[in-house]
Amino acid sequence: MTDQNPGRMLDTGFFRGWLTAAAAAVEREADRLTELDSAIGDADHGSNMQRGFRAVMTVLEKEQPAGPGAVLILAGRQLISTVGGASGPLYGTLLRRTGKALGDATEVTSAQLTEALRTGVAAVAQLGGAKAGDKTMLDALEPAVEALGTSFAAAAEAADQGALATVPLQARKGRASYLGERSIGHQDPGATSSALLIGALAQTAGATE
Amino acid sequence: MSIEAPVGIVLVSHSGPVAVAVAALAQGLAGGGATAPVAAAGGTPDGGLGTSSELIVAAAAEVDRGAGIAILVDLGSAVLTVKSLLAEGDELPEGARLVDAPFVEGAVAALVTASAGGDLDAVAAAAAEAYQYRKE
Repeated sequence: MTDQNPGRMLDTGFFRGWLTAAAAAVEREADRLTELDSAIGDADHGSNMQRGFRAVMTVLEKEQPAGPGAVLILAGRQLISTVGGASGPLYGTLLRRTGKALGDATEVTSAQLTEALRTGVAAVAQLGGAKAGDKTMLDALEPAVEALGTSFAAAAEAADQGALATVPLQARKGRASYLGERSIGHQDPGATSSALLIGALAQTAGATE
Repeated sequence: MSIEAPVGIVLVSHSGPVAVAVAALAQGLAGGGATAPVAAAGGTPDGGLGTSSELIVAAAAEVDRGAGIAILVDLGSAVLTVKSLLAEGDELPEGARLVDAPFVEGAVAALVTASAGGDLDAVAAAAAEAYQYRKE
């Protein structure tokens, strides 16, 4: 893998590419996300994420954000206003805080992206009051950020494993937590969509190296 | 108490009808005459269940008289959406505050207090105090 170089520069086009790949993944997997959500949630995660990422694509076509940070802030804001479920503010906060941490630079290193994502993931944890093991997005995002120091591919693998590892967990946050032990045995929809987002990042990194 | 501008109240529920009905309930229980401004922001713009930042921002603008806004929420995405809007810092008017209170009882207490001329701290305290009212 050549994406192990922490000094690799990522430009605005890379971040647009990431979000475009994420939107495509959400389109592809929307039915599966909704199916997972119908087991332990309210069966709207796929359609909510689809609406949100379609709105992100629309705004990215119309506007020309100046740098990587601005791309993520714009997308995050769009998710908060269009998703309609808890994943809107959670993913919106993730992208916006990551974007703010990247600042105004026109290019950032992959090491800077790792640190910025760490800030974004911490903001998600704070907003939702959740921690690793609660059967949430964090179960995919936290291991992904840790592995991102190694490579984009390792981060995608860690996110997938993290999402799979939510199956035996009991939900402690969100609507699924009302189910108590009945939430055990189902993969968390939020961790699954988080793995799609990180997978899209690795895909973009692989395609542009 | 005061002739200053009243605190505005915004009620955010996953359901449009719930938000509207709780607003009407609070207005009814706040007594006759003019009450402080209250606006419902329930459901999604297309009438579905969920939370809409667009409706929340519009409701906040509608009740803003410059004395602050108490925002009461039901659960889940309503809480998270308001928190993330407040963190953004520029979509909600100055003095908008998420109030930690039970939705129905808190809405009544908040509107009564705001209509009596209470400031934002008093409104928030009255709404939060509704948690202390036991039913058995």
